[in-house]
Amino acid sequence: MDITFKDVSYIYQANSPFSHKALEDLSFHIPSGTFVAVIGHTGSGKSTLIQHLNGLLTPTIGEVQIGDYFINADKKPENLKELRSRVGVVFQYPEHQLFDETVAKDIAFGPKNFGVSEQEIESRIEEIIPAVGLDKQLLERSPFDLSGGQMRRVAIAGVLAIKPEVLVLDEPTAGLDPRGQREMMDMFYRLHKERKLTTILVTHSMEDAVRYADHVIIMNKGTKYMEGTPEEVFIQRDALNKVQLDVPEVIQFINSFEERFHIKIPFKRQSVQELAIQIQQVLKGAESSE
Amino acid sequence: MREKFIEFRNVSFRYGDEQPWVLENVSFEIYKDEWVAIIGHNGSGKSTIAKLMNGLLYPQEGEIIINGLPVNDQHVWEVRRQVGMVFQNPDNQFVGTTVQDDVAFGMENRGVPREEMTKRIGEVLKAVRMEDYLLTEPHRLSGGQKQRVAIASVLAINPNVLILDEATAMLDPRGRKEIMQTVADIQAKNEISLITITHDLQEVVQAERVIVMNAGKVWDEATPREIFTKKDELREIGLDVPFIALLADELKHNDVSIINEPLNHGELLEELWTLHSKM
Repeated sequence: MDITFKDVSYIYQANSPFSHKALEDLSFHIPSGTFVAVIGHTGSGKSTLIQHLNGLLTPTIGEVQIGDYFINADKKPENLKELRSRVGVVFQYPEHQLFDETVAKDIAFGPKNFGVSEQEIESRIEEIIPAVGLDKQLLERSPFDLSGGQMRRVAIAGVLAIKPEVLVLDEPTAGLDPRGQREMMDMFYRLHKERKLTTILVTHSMEDAVRYADHVIIMNKGTKYMEGTPEEVFIQRDALNKVQLDVPEVIQFINSFEERFHIKIPFKRQSVQELAIQIQQVLKGAESSE
Repeated sequence: MREKFIEFRNVSFRYGDEQPWVLENVSFEIYKDEWVAIIGHNGSGKSTIAKLMNGLLYPQEGEIIINGLPVNDQHVWEVRRQVGMVFQNPDNQFVGTTVQDDVAFGMENRGVPREEMTKRIGEVLKAVRMEDYLLTEPHRLSGGQKQRVAIASVLAINPNVLILDEATAMLDPRGRKEIMQTVADIQAKNEISLITITHDLQEVVQAERVIVMNAGKVWDEATPREIFTKKDELREIGLDVPFIALLADELKHNDVSIINEPLNHGELLEELWTLHSKM
């Protein structure tokens, strides 16, 4: 589903002494099937933004359009429930939301609420369990007997079980160890491709944004600060530093390499392997020209 | 010789008689003023080590000595006075109704005079860049801000050891850097041992020594530079290596001779520059 924000402002506790503007005049368009990374300093409005994607928050001013659903200050869509069955949100530390007796029941909770038949739920669970890297034998276990990483996968399976078209991920790898982080991000990327999802990833990791995203939105103080492909956005070191963000480490290295050697290696989302070959070429080139 | 401050002697721990061992025959020493990083995959026993250090848990086997005192019922309060700990989730650590109350809490428990308390609140909040939030209520703070207050609260009671148990995991990258810079400054000024339990490679690189845990055992113990030469082995036990170490490795595969294992951008550039000028 296409996602469009049109001049969206959101004010917490409007008309009270505690009124606080979390989003201001935010506009962007995400075509269906895009993998978007939303990046910003703590307090930049990222979390407020994603709560607009399934109608948890309604814009104070402006309009949000998700597919054919319109959400604005005057009207919440009557079919909000339907919208929520199409936009799956994985909040931070989703394992804190597990509650049911067994893994299977916990995963089934979402689709059941949306009126999916028992039989269909069963077949969805069958399909999702391996997709999130869990073992079928865990289905009848209590989710609370699992490890942290497994619990998170169960919680994610619960969101995937509603078969969303839009998947919203709020720092989904926080607190996992490095291998767990990589496995989880690879899993989301695979699901994104296989199910042709529109994926919105809120992250602090520039590295993940470079590796997975087609499009990057940088938030600052509730407004859109920059937007573009990772190649366009991440080379703007000074602009990013200004809002307390760093460029990905590979670009930091390319920059300092250029300063030292006065030779520019363009950033093309190259892998470490590719970068090593480029550096080797540069050094060899220097050798042959002398 | 540096003075020992923390000693684990053949420590084994499990959460119940029927449970598997979380730590098995773990021995190591941490010295005064030392900065040690403890790394390992989730479930490798890192956090259990932290909880054993200030008597939140007691081992079934072996002995833990903190500043000459065995950690047991008799000494646990003295040990806790000396070992300050900051955990991952800031929401579980806030006790005050305002930032300054929260920082004051630990000092009040220890009977610090009011005047001294006010002075220290100012100092420690400044150290974590939260001095503008004295009267702010915790629920108005972001996770990162709460965590900075938690660190300030621990620093306020002048511990001899500061343990950060994945304390920066919920902060954004800049926030992490600021916290690490702050604790490094504090460690340098205050003669305190710093133990960072972390997955963040930048934090590991900053430490003097690294203890690598795997499946409840000490897998290795060395300087960051030595540890990160074992790239393939580290990956096998679920850990990562810094970008620069990876790049150095790939350069070597492409016949660029890197002689000294680099840990940061400057060091790798220096290596390349030396090579470049020789050509």
